[in-house]
Amino acid sequence: MVIAVASGKGGTGKTTVATSLALALAESGRQVAYLDCDVEAPNAHLFLRPALDNYKQVDLLIPEVDSDVCTGRGVCAEACQFHAIVTLGGKTLVFPELCHGCGSCTLVCPEKAITEIPKSLGHLESGRVNGGMFFAHGVLDIGEPMAVPVISQLKDWQSFPQSTISIVDSPPGASCPVVESLRGADYVLLITEPTPFGLHDLRLAVQLTQELNIPAGVIVNRDGIGDDGVDIYCRESNVPILMRVPFDRELGANLAQGKTLVAVAPEYKQRFTDLYSHIKAILDDSGSRG
Amino acid sequence: MKQLVILSGKGGTGKTSVAAAFAHLAANGNAAILVDADVDAANLELLLAPEVLESHEFGGGQVAVINEVSCEGCGICKDVCRFDAVHEADGVFRADPIACDGCAACVYQCPEHSIHMQPQMAGHWYRSTTRFGPMFHAALRPAQENSGKLVTMVKQQARLLAMDESYDLVLVDGPPGIGCPVISAVAGADLALIVAEPTASGTHDMRRALQTTVHFRVPAMVCINKSDLYHLGSDEIEAYCRTEGIPVAGKIPFDPSVTEAIVQGQPVTVFRPRAPASEALRDLWERVNSELMEGDLDHA
Repeated sequence: MVIAVASGKGGTGKTTVATSLALALAESGRQVAYLDCDVEAPNAHLFLRPALDNYKQVDLLIPEVDSDVCTGRGVCAEACQFHAIVTLGGKTLVFPELCHGCGSCTLVCPEKAITEIPKSLGHLESGRVNGGMFFAHGVLDIGEPMAVPVISQLKDWQSFPQSTISIVDSPPGASCPVVESLRGADYVLLITEPTPFGLHDLRLAVQLTQELNIPAGVIVNRDGIGDDGVDIYCRESNVPILMRVPFDRELGANLAQGKTLVAVAPEYKQRFTDLYSHIKAILDDSGSRG
Repeated sequence: MKQLVILSGKGGTGKTSVAAAFAHLAANGNAAILVDADVDAANLELLLAPEVLESHEFGGGQVAVINEVSCEGCGICKDVCRFDAVHEADGVFRADPIACDGCAACVYQCPEHSIHMQPQMAGHWYRSTTRFGPMFHAALRPAQENSGKLVTMVKQQARLLAMDESYDLVLVDGPPGIGCPVISAVAGADLALIVAEPTASGTHDMRRALQTTVHFRVPAMVCINKSDLYHLGSDEIEAYCRTEGIPVAGKIPFDPSVTEAIVQGQPVTVFRPRAPASEALRDLWERVNSELMEGDLDHA
């Protein structure tokens, strides 16, 4: 089963929930794989402290033009939707930062003057947490705009037995990196905070899960601050609130140091295993009916 | 005209609360144009209550559509697609509009010319007015691509107006992360203010945000939000900034007034001017503004 942990708004506690859910499930004897897909700002390793012993480079294949063979007809430039390859005065130029690595220019070139060369986008790392739980994350190179290929390669990197529970820690927002993270998930936990900001971005996240046709439930973090807008919205739109984590300044200070929620407040171990059982029941129920 | 961009790396550190306070404080002096560049999750409007003057559709990209009638089912489109967007079921090939990157490789390779590109309506951008000045903002529809292009669009509009009407400042509330929309938000900025949180994650992501500003040669300052939440974390940020030669422009204490102001839909400096966070934000604004207007900004 794949459970993705996402949110529209950043900083609502995705990693706090995802790391503690994963630790609670691993401690209860289940096989758990943690994938930190927030490749722009990967943080889960700071809490889980995995022994990272496996590394993989993530490259994008970008065109290289053999100027001896190129006749400068511009067929490639016409095919490229991203203006990453252009022909000027009979010469063909490549702009690597605009290239999406689709390979279309290579395929259309009538002279076969284009070969593809790797350009670094980032890297993947994996290892075990305390010798048990599998952990992997992706790290986008500084200055590199394209997070999606790093996320998709992270998700395809290693495969797990059917019984494994994968916890996907998603980036914030509602656009392409989030879509890539959520693809293939069985359930999405949406983390929010009870403020107008949290509500505004939760609506977008709920719309996204509906568009992707993945069932979702909400965890309200820092419960007690703000107002009751999130509660009202969830009630009116039939989005279940599965858990509430009350605001607690002391807890915040502990998390700030890189401690996990289940380490600071061990009662959450049971709450998270119960949460998993609840999600599993929801999915089994819809599966048997659908 | 100067351009200030507010960034953080990590989400939820308080970028928008800082931006809204700056919009208010800037209105007392230099006239500023406000830009919400977090087009994925645009929240600045919740504090500035813009009145929309113009609404424009944003086309974004295109997606491939396969004509089921003329398709011969050869599967070349599926083979050339690097985005896993073409799927076959019972001999019928379909392109998944969400997975499609819009590269059109399949269009050029289809021997039956059975695939065409269809423009997508990716969102809207708006020109608005607020009590603190003009504002440009946008809303990307969920699951859409091209957030970087939309960020570039709202920033361009703001710059054009700033040049036409001689505004001194374009104030950009940036998105979280360091990828495509952040790079578009940073482009052309005179100064980046990184709002950092003194937490393990906040410090880690602030470094990545600072490395990004260095990469694009935009000078940066840091402000520490909720600075008294974890003193060791705050010290760590200050030590890092000292080593890297990045000025720490201010520290904002943890203050429930900030959340209360969000609930009231106001910048905290308007909602409760004497609150500790508001005092700190005024000091911060003075330092950032004087660096912007008088400082010898280092573009090295």
